Amino acid sequence: MKASLCAAVLYLFTGHATAQGFAGLGTEVQGFAIPQSPAIFDFPADHGAHPVYRIEWWYLTANLTGDDGTAYGAQWTLFRSALTPADAPGWEASQLWMAHAGLTTPGAHLSAERLARGGIGQAGVTTTPFTAWIDDWSMISTAPATADALDALSIRAIGDGFSYDLSLTANGPLIYHGQAGYSVKSAQSQASYYYSQPFYTVSGTLSLADHQIPVTGTAWLDREWSSQPLSETQDGWDWVSLQFDDGARLMGFTLRDSAAADFTAATWIAPDGTTQSYPDGALRMTALAQSEVAMRAIPTTWRVELPDRGLDITATALNPQSWMDVSIPYWEGPVTITGTHQGRGYLEMTGYE
Amino acid sequence: MIYAALLTLFSHWRRHPGQLTMLVLGLALATALWSGVQAINTQARTAYAEAAATLGQDRLDRLVRADGHPVPLADYIALRRAGYLVSPVISGELRSGDARLRLLGIDPLTAPPEANTPTQQGTNLDLGAFFMAPGLLLMTAETAAAALPPDLPPIRIATGIPPRAALTDIGTAARLLGQSDPSYLLVWREQPAHLPPLVTATTLQPVAPEQRADPAQLTESFHLNLTAFGLLAFAVGLFIVHAAIGLAFEQRRATMRSLRALGLPLRSLLMAFTLELAVLSLFAGLIGLILGYSIAAALMPGVAGSLRGLYGADLPGTLSFDPLWALAALAMTLAGAGLAGAQAMRRTARLPILAPALPQAWQQAATHHMRRQAYIALALLGLSGMLVLWGDNLFLGFVAVACLFLGAALLLPITLAQLLGLIQSRTRSALGEWLFADTRQQLPGLSLALMALLLALAANIGVSTMVGSFRTTFVGWLDQRLVAELYVTAPNEAEAARLVAYLNPRTEAILPVVWADTTLAGRPGAVYGQADHPTFRDHWPLIAALPDAWDRLALGEGVLINEQLARFARLAPGDSLTISQDTTLPILGVYSDYGNPEAQAIVTLDRFIAAFPTITPTRFALRVAPAQTAALASALRDEFGLPADAVINQTQIKRFSLEIFEQTFLITGALNLLTLGVAGFALLTGLLTLADMRLPQLAPVWALGITRARLARFELIRSVVLAALTFFLAVPVGLALAWLLLAVINVQAFGWRLPMQIFPNDGLRLLALSLIAATMAAALPALRLARISPGRLLKVFAHES
Amino acid sequence: MNMLLQIDGLTKAYDTVAVLKGVSLSLDHGQSLALTGESGSGKSTLLHLIGALDTPDSGTILLDGVEITGLNDTARAAVLRDRIGLVFQQFNLIPSLNVAQNIAFQARLARCHDPARDALLAQRLGLSDLLSRYPEALSGGQQQRVAIARALAHAPKLILADEPTGNLDEATGDLVLDLLLELVAETGAALMMVTHSTRLAARLDRRLHLSRGELTQTGSV
Repeated sequence: MKASLCAAVLYLFTGHATAQGFAGLGTEVQGFAIPQSPAIFDFPADHGAHPVYRIEWWYLTANLTGDDGTAYGAQWTLFRSALTPADAPGWEASQLWMAHAGLTTPGAHLSAERLARGGIGQAGVTTTPFTAWIDDWSMISTAPATADALDALSIRAIGDGFSYDLSLTANGPLIYHGQAGYSVKSAQSQASYYYSQPFYTVSGTLSLADHQIPVTGTAWLDREWSSQPLSETQDGWDWVSLQFDDGARLMGFTLRDSAAADFTAATWIAPDGTTQSYPDGALRMTALAQSEVAMRAIPTTWRVELPDRGLDITATALNPQSWMDVSIPYWEGPVTITGTHQGRGYLEMTGYE
Repeated sequence: MIYAALLTLFSHWRRHPGQLTMLVLGLALATALWSGVQAINTQARTAYAEAAATLGQDRLDRLVRADGHPVPLADYIALRRAGYLVSPVISGELRSGDARLRLLGIDPLTAPPEANTPTQQGTNLDLGAFFMAPGLLLMTAETAAAALPPDLPPIRIATGIPPRAALTDIGTAARLLGQSDPSYLLVWREQPAHLPPLVTATTLQPVAPEQRADPAQLTESFHLNLTAFGLLAFAVGLFIVHAAIGLAFEQRRATMRSLRALGLPLRSLLMAFTLELAVLSLFAGLIGLILGYSIAAALMPGVAGSLRGLYGADLPGTLSFDPLWALAALAMTLAGAGLAGAQAMRRTARLPILAPALPQAWQQAATHHMRRQAYIALALLGLSGMLVLWGDNLFLGFVAVACLFLGAALLLPITLAQLLGLIQSRTRSALGEWLFADTRQQLPGLSLALMALLLALAANIGVSTMVGSFRTTFVGWLDQRLVAELYVTAPNEAEAARLVAYLNPRTEAILPVVWADTTLAGRPGAVYGQADHPTFRDHWPLIAALPDAWDRLALGEGVLINEQLARFARLAPGDSLTISQDTTLPILGVYSDYGNPEAQAIVTLDRFIAAFPTITPTRFALRVAPAQTAALASALRDEFGLPADAVINQTQIKRFSLEIFEQTFLITGALNLLTLGVAGFALLTGLLTLADMRLPQLAPVWALGITRARLARFELIRSVVLAALTFFLAVPVGLALAWLLLAVINVQAFGWRLPMQIFPNDGLRLLALSLIAATMAAALPALRLARISPGRLLKVFAHES
Repeated sequence: MNMLLQIDGLTKAYDTVAVLKGVSLSLDHGQSLALTGESGSGKSTLLHLIGALDTPDSGTILLDGVEITGLNDTARAAVLRDRIGLVFQQFNLIPSLNVAQNIAFQARLARCHDPARDALLAQRLGLSDLLSRYPEALSGGQQQRVAIARALAHAPKLILADEPTGNLDEATGDLVLDLLLELVAETGAALMMVTHSTRLAARLDRRLHLSRGELTQTGSV
């Protein structure tokens, strides 16, 4: 649930993110398409960009382990933000692109950002073959032509003092959130198209200050696009993707609302890929402990409850300082799960001033 | 105690408001001219620095194509995809008639942090509007207020953008300029560590900031010139102050002695004196600042015009106020007043408490210094000569000028004394004899003012000779260049064809004038196509050329370039130049192209058509028998309904060119006149100072039967004689200065040497001007003398000592 | 008619202070007159009025047949230049001219320069060796002798001397006065001398005393 991050592209030049900045997209949708239910997907085209929608992203998080058992986290995200619902070639910058890369170790968190305009080839997404790129960062399909393009990916990003090169192979199907991919975000029925590939196994290399670290692990790819993702009073969110040791997975988020009750949603994913979506209120997320991060108090230990599944776990940040120090800063990092279920996952929190 | 002393000292000024005015005005004038010039310089330097710093380009490398053409978009993308941090810029100029606007199209998404684009500054910018068509143009209020090309996107006023330029999104610039490839790439200072060096990854050429043509560098000599003028004016102003302070000191001798006798310690007296001077200087300095600012503001458009004409450097035409400038100017005033007052202070310190109040003229002690001054003067002149012989840079050139000036000034009193002695010995009448003898005796008191006059006159002669030589050369060059009698412009190609058909039987030659605005060696410029015709061959002098340059040009084997391009891109005959995407030709020669800040190249018509097939000539230079020119011009206007400005005869063009030229030297003329005015004022104050002290010398002459009116006339004559003598002595100094400017400074600053020409008429005008100035300066003291009451003269004979 | 100077009812005030209150006197050709009085009694003022350096508020001054009070600046200057020689207490030589030039100056102005007369005067006054010196290089007595020579060089009808020995020591003063009286007598000029010394006054033909702007006769022919 990184909707407004992308929206922030519009505002990032002001140099400081504000709650208004995050929420500013909520209302105005002139000319842009609005997600409709039922969601009907057409692959491989829908793996690509949807210029008539205002925002979109390709969002990958990976929980990794080194040879020595050290836990790592990696993030690779490409955001698209449309100024107009058109895809003009050349310098007419109707589509803007932003990418974030993060690398988390127990003791360090590194991040990087790239920006680009569409139309000139500096950034974009093609579907056949599938490639999403900005500068020398890329997410390239390595799947055979017969398989889904996202079944196998090669991911690459380079930042200041770090880089990574990861190979991903999916062991399960794409899964769809909400109503078969139509994901409602508020009581006012803001919604997005939202599907994921949560079943990747990963192998690859992290590069940290010239040290090459071979890693293996799991990864989760989110695809989401929309034109009106948030209501005006929603000023931040807490999102988790959890991978339990028994093979099941959970996606859940809370949209914090300054004027109304918080809005929650969750998707339970069985090891075979069958899903169950939970409406507002089914999921409970409670902050247990806060850390001081970038001069603000941010909850880095959460209790997550989904009573319907007998789930009551504590998610603890691998590195409480997993701060993405980019144009619009936010917290994004791996977590360790204890309680009724064990496993690993990713936590994202935005809108903490 | 000091307060009481101060009150006593100040009471003097209450009784002598004229002296107070003189002191304040002298200081104010000195401050005004100095600070005015500094204000202009500061403004210009700030503008250069700002222009250079636009998009952080004073610190960022660029990548360009070696041939000066835009960087292919694919090359840019390839570098980005390889991981290099570079950011594209599309820059170019929009022109429409006289209106022009430089566009700087940036990509805020990839711009380096050093670029500090308005989009990075936290300004309240509607980024959606900035990115999306029609886009936004950011420019200063002044640029927005000037004439702009039509059909521009919405304008937003912003600061920190160079004059006559607009910052915009690269997409907007691409659309307005019709150019999709970046003009160049800005290179981030920090590149990813894992990548090989950028130069190994591309065929594009890196250009470091210091390698680029810098207006600050180009215009250095111009500003040095202004500074020299400012310093000269300041020095002249200090002469005035010196005279005023000296006079006040003389007249307060008795007061100061009384104060000392009443028990005021010397330190307190000096302190009171210093305080008094400081208060007056501050007051005068503030007036001077206001004056200086006004002068600068009045001259600024002229300066901006000059710099644009000479160097193509864009300056805002209005002046901004810089507090630092004001402080510096005030400090200079205080220091100057201190310097001028030092002598009076020293005298105060040595003043014996009970010395008799002899009306000994304070300046007469200086008489025996004349000889020593002369030795110093000769040494300085020698040094100046040596610098001319062996100095090899601009700075040393100016040092030579300074030595020449100082030496000439120091030599003045003794030379005048000798001359006056010579005249005196040839004079038959008693009064004449007395006049010259007396004038000679007065020299020490007037020498500072006369030195000021000498310097002002010499500067005037020197600079006007330089400008005049420049002008003559320029006019000669214009005559050579503008040989065709008529220049006609057709509204379109069809009309052009009809025009040529009509003109063929009626003219001796029709020479198409065809050009394409393009980029030459990375700089905006134009390529001209030219028919091979004796008109050009005979009349275009080449500064540097390969053998048979014209013949080879006619064969299409090469290109001629203007001096500006040669100097800017360090090109010489034998190098090659790319004039269009696929035309690169050897340079055959370089021609002078005064007043055109832009790069220019000439190829044959055939070459031109091959390189720019879309452009056909609509403008023609016509060789017509001079007698038929006017008739043909009006016939063309009538037959083809051409507007007046479409048929131009060469006289019009020459007039226009000369207007540009005059504009260029407007500032020089203004400063010249101001300096002369200040020198005249110095003379006035010098004479006023002497007037009171001279009564004991005049009274006896009066008592021998010479009327006051006659004495007053003699005072006028004396002043005029001194001015005339000074003028004649200033002539060689001025000519030496002109020679230095033309043969040394010019060569160092521009690398060209102009033939020096002498303009007797200018000299005569200046002589008249200086005589008038001297008469005016002497008029007031003379008038006072003519009307002085006999009682005041009789007081000289009073018994009481 | 042997009268050179006839003054009647001369008054002069400076800033409302009456300096001369109706002075009348006459002086014959070749006659010498001493004018004595206290400081501020108006004797210098009287001398300046006679010398046409200043104009009286009322009264007449008939000098050698010319009424000078009604003359304009130029004519008054001509009278002074041609007919009067002035000797001042402070000598008042022209500092930029040498001794010879100083002596000849007024004669040249009056266009009656006679080098022989200059030479004679210089010789009589003991200045022959000093002719090319400048005033600043002379002693007080020498300067005053130059002044006397200058005053006599154009053969004036009247010498006006204002405390001519006032700046000199007594011995030098006496010497200078001797020379002045001798030469005045020789040239036939009249002399009017202001002095506050009765001893010196006694050596002249007549003596007048000026007191608070009014004359009192103290001696006679």
